[in-house]
Amino acid sequence: MHLNIALFGIAREIVGQPTLEIDVAAGQSARGLLAELHARYPALASLSSLAVAVNNEYAADDAPLHERDEIALIPPVSGG
Amino acid sequence: MIHIDLTDQPIDVAAALRSVEADGAGAINTFIGTVRNQSTGRAVVRLEYEAYDSMALHQLRKVAEQAQEKWPMLQAVTVIHRKGTLHIGDVAVVVAVSTPHRAESFAACQYIIDTLKQVVTIWKKEFYLDGDVWVAAHP
Repeated sequence: MHLNIALFGIAREIVGQPTLEIDVAAGQSARGLLAELHARYPALASLSSLAVAVNNEYAADDAPLHERDEIALIPPVSGG
Repeated sequence: MIHIDLTDQPIDVAAALRSVEADGAGAINTFIGTVRNQSTGRAVVRLEYEAYDSMALHQLRKVAEQAQEKWPMLQAVTVIHRKGTLHIGDVAVVVAVSTPHRAESFAACQYIIDTLKQVVTIWKKEFYLDGDVWVAAHP
């Protein structure tokens, strides 16, 4: 399946673009997506944390992703 | 009553305070986060805040709703966060709450700003004379 991933902050800078299109196996989990992205962009592994958000909520590691989901990569937040 | 905003315009602190006024409130408590001139000993020139707007607004509302569950006597909550470029002394965030008595107003205000810092999808980049850093990005 084809996913569009929104990138922010240092994750956007590491990947070098604000969105990323990626093909993954149908039903791929958030954890599986992160493993795929770590393989492509090793610098992501240096971050203190990296979460996947689905439809404006933090996704559980084993949550299956769907093509129509709004997916984003969330590096360590630092608001306030 | 919950009021949440994410803005690239200067925050009107007085208006934020007025927004939580309530006849049943004997206490209004406010946290104002401002831009400091140094970070771990390095002189800060400016900050840039980036936000994942839709998720940040959703998560801010959830934090405010969680505060209302923990402190059902909360009369009103306002949270406003800046994004874009900020300079020394600028207001980055305002949390204002009103409650019948003061103890809950301190607790709720602290809960909201502490939780905001943990979950809300806003990122701060500090610019120094000789470089820049995404805050908290690396261990």
